[in-house]
Amino acid sequence: MSKKATLAREYVKGLWEQNAVFRQVLGMCPTLAVTVSAINGIAMALATTFVLVFSSVIISSIRKLIPSQVRIASYIVVIATFVTIVDLVMKAQFPELSKALGPYIPLIVVNCLILGRQEAFSSKNPVFRSFLDALGMGTGFLVALFLLGGIREIFGNRTLLGLQILPNFYEPWLVMILPAGAFLTLGLMMGFFNTMSQRKKRLEHQTIIQQHLKPQKPALASDGEAN
Amino acid sequence: MKTVIHMLITLTIIGVISGALLSQLSGWAAPKIAAHRKAETEKAIFLVQPNADSYEKIETVDFELYKVFDENKEAIGYALPYEGNGFQGKIRLMVGVKYDLNELVGLEVLEQVETPGLGTKVTEEPFTSQFNKLIADPNVEWVKGAEPSNPNEIQTITGATISSKAIVQIVNQGLDKLRASLKTGGEL
Repeated sequence: MSKKATLAREYVKGLWEQNAVFRQVLGMCPTLAVTVSAINGIAMALATTFVLVFSSVIISSIRKLIPSQVRIASYIVVIATFVTIVDLVMKAQFPELSKALGPYIPLIVVNCLILGRQEAFSSKNPVFRSFLDALGMGTGFLVALFLLGGIREIFGNRTLLGLQILPNFYEPWLVMILPAGAFLTLGLMMGFFNTMSQRKKRLEHQTIIQQHLKPQKPALASDGEAN
Repeated sequence: MKTVIHMLITLTIIGVISGALLSQLSGWAAPKIAAHRKAETEKAIFLVQPNADSYEKIETVDFELYKVFDENKEAIGYALPYEGNGFQGKIRLMVGVKYDLNELVGLEVLEQVETPGLGTKVTEEPFTSQFNKLIADPNVEWVKGAEPSNPNEIQTITGATISSKAIVQIVNQGLDKLRASLKTGGEL
């Protein structure tokens, strides 16, 4: 990303082009572990986004004050503070959700998506840009976790967000809500998205080639007429 | 030297701010979390002792134990939370037992990490209702693939035998412990 990137771009790039799960393959531990249902995926992604956005804003605003030798330590303290806030608030206000997500909320501290964004982006960019970047990355993470959790919930439990989707005669695939289902779903989805992006790239190449060929076309056509 | 001091000061300031913030928040959250935990235990007690009207925590034993009373303040039994090993991890359950410790009234699994869809059936009907009015003297027993023929037997779940047996084992261990402390400590 060059410095010329527009503000909108900083947000949008996290959705697809640099999607944390499908493109950068970051934060796999929570991605695979908690996505047994769509609601778990959403909660996990929201918690991660909260931590990501606040850490990015704080770190970006104090980036010039931190000596580079202790920057990682400082980032970890800031991130851990926000993770503890999320953990406490969740335990106090949403005990059911907190129980379902178990140890994965405290483990957001070591989610490399968060530390990665601080090191790669917030430590070098102004506050508002960092905010948009974090929000975009978080949204991308949310989309990925919702898709993964939703697919696993539909096939493994017949439901989506607790509502029954598939009829009763469909026998749920137990494997989908077991750890193996997470790997299978993630692998298939990554394969699908890679194919899509390769196709898109090929189409782009073709249009570029065609644009460059166009000026010659009249010449070729006139040649044909002449003959 | 200058960098070292700069490093120290930066980290100290960040640490202090973070600590102050978290201690404030913890002060707000701690009573709420404690209240949730209490409500959860209370709910479980009334689930395993449907006739209970009030309960009282027994402090004289070294494990968690609740004595329950009916409307006339008459002791009708105990609610005993106990934990042990399941198929993949710890199972924590609460069992309701009559005052003479010979008949169970109810069972509720509080925490488990069993296989979804198979082992988790031990938390649901009809498995849990088998413990209602189950005779626990001298011990709870299990049978596999057949209807229970004795009043102290339950039937294991097909495909979740280990989880079912684990539940029975935990119940027996808990009751043994309760009986032992009743013998040494007299009336509780």
